[in-house]
Amino acid sequence: MSVDKETVQKIANLSRIAITDEECEHFVPELNQILGWVEQLSEVDCSNVEPMTAVIPNKLRLRADEVTDGDKRDKVLANAPVAEHGFFAVPKVIE
Amino acid sequence: MSMTESTYRIQGATGEWEVVIGLEVHAQITSNAKLFSGAATDFGAEPNTQVSLVDAAMPGMLPTLNGECVRQAVRTGLAINAKINKYSRFDRKNYFYADLPQGYQISQLYHPIVGEGVIQISLDDKDPDAHGKAIGVERIHIEQDAGKLMHDQHPTMSYVDLNRCGVALMEIVSMPDMASPKEAAAYVRKLRSILRYVGSCDGNMEQGSMRADVNVSVRKPGDELGIRTETKNVNSMRFIQQVIEYEAQRQVDVIEDGGTIVQETRLFDTEKGETRSMRSKEDAHDYRYFPDPDLLPLELEDDFIFDCKASLPELPDEKRARYKTVLGLSAYNAAVLTAEHETAIWFEELLDTTDKPEKIASSAANWMMSELFGALNNMGKSIEESPVSPAEAAELLGLIADGTISGKIAKQVFEIMLETGDGAAKIVEEKGLKQESDTGAIEKVIAEVIAANEDKVEQYRGGKDKLFGFFVGQTMKAMQGKANPQVVNELLKQKLG
Repeated sequence: MSVDKETVQKIANLSRIAITDEECEHFVPELNQILGWVEQLSEVDCSNVEPMTAVIPNKLRLRADEVTDGDKRDKVLANAPVAEHGFFAVPKVIE
Repeated sequence: MSMTESTYRIQGATGEWEVVIGLEVHAQITSNAKLFSGAATDFGAEPNTQVSLVDAAMPGMLPTLNGECVRQAVRTGLAINAKINKYSRFDRKNYFYADLPQGYQISQLYHPIVGEGVIQISLDDKDPDAHGKAIGVERIHIEQDAGKLMHDQHPTMSYVDLNRCGVALMEIVSMPDMASPKEAAAYVRKLRSILRYVGSCDGNMEQGSMRADVNVSVRKPGDELGIRTETKNVNSMRFIQQVIEYEAQRQVDVIEDGGTIVQETRLFDTEKGETRSMRSKEDAHDYRYFPDPDLLPLELEDDFIFDCKASLPELPDEKRARYKTVLGLSAYNAAVLTAEHETAIWFEELLDTTDKPEKIASSAANWMMSELFGALNNMGKSIEESPVSPAEAAELLGLIADGTISGKIAKQVFEIMLETGDGAAKIVEEKGLKQESDTGAIEKVIAEVIAANEDKVEQYRGGKDKLFGFFVGQTMKAMQGKANPQVVNELLKQKLG
């Protein structure tokens, strides 16, 4: 698997990272090197191995359906660049 | 249950077109707290007051799964006879939008909690079994809702309220099994009914507890599936039907003009009644899903699933069948009384007042549908808000059944019950509405009526049968409507002979 310049631009765009053409040229071989390195892993046959989801055997625990949080609007809005009337205010996004 | 061929067709310039519809229904799971945080889920709270630091996606916050949401999704799956997946997992669906502070929605793409199931719909309440169709459900998965954006509060800014952010949703994905707007509406109605019986979603479409993404494509009868469009977030039964009608016609027009349909996401403009392309979402289908590393796989024990199953109430299809076979109701009455869980509960509470429910079931059903529903409708009340309780209704029906009052007088008594809150027996006693079944008293009145109308008696005896009604009316009038109509009929027949 390898990526071309177009794919790198697309990924950058989907991730909302602005990159220049020059930077893109630079990223293509770098990403391909990483992908090539990761690809070496597929040389190991693990078709009979369960995917490991955690390093220690552990089960997903379920929480009780109780309200234990919230009611902290000031904290929630504290880092917002703009907040008005209890809302986050962002540049207009409308369809 | 027989399958009926749908006859819905779009008439195009090149002939008839079939419509193929699939629905993805987002149903808010009824829970106190959110899917992955302890913040509350109440509708209509002050903006951003029901937001935890998890919902606001502050760095370092970790999700913990609400067990009740899992339980409700499993119960819903069992209610539609679906396969429950004992192993499921959460994935991140990545996209940027102002209503999604995490930058991804936690959902279940690869391993949903519920697999294939089926929902029986009815296209005619008069005889649901003869006009049924089975609609396949492909899957149900659990996911987070996003926040709410408000665009009309400020000239250049949009306001964001994260109260809804992180609330648990079930996405219920149907197979492309529906072929008309009517079938789609019947499917949503039935799904809503099941969800409300199960108690996993309140089904409140106005408050956004249920909304649908509507997938529509068209094809010539017998052809392969056409390319579909997906119209997002349609929030009423009427709009769902409008979207299908509009989209099917638009697609036929595009194809017949030599164009092609593009697979895309569209928006419904409720004011214009049109769908339009959401161009900003062109890239949006590239969600770069991957397993959420913050959450272990969800593994369900047999006991858990067994308990979910045991906790289910009798569901609408079973209930409808029982009302028909055990209680002897008509197909239509059984369908109407079971459509909403609250109606069925009310009806059954009424029946519970007697040892022999099958004896009063039909008259109780008829009374509810003609008298009670009409009265509630006029008052703008739901059945749960009915001023007359099932036990009070049973008292009224009992007075009709034992001949104390006629059906006609019962209407009056019911009106007084609604106004005053008094019991039926008390009203009948106080207002002297008790039906007169004493033959002596009725005979006396009949004799007077006959004496006062000798000319009409002559005509009647001469063959003018229609005059019988006149004598009944005169007798009833003289007795202020309180005479037992059956006794009046019998005695009049004798006397007029």
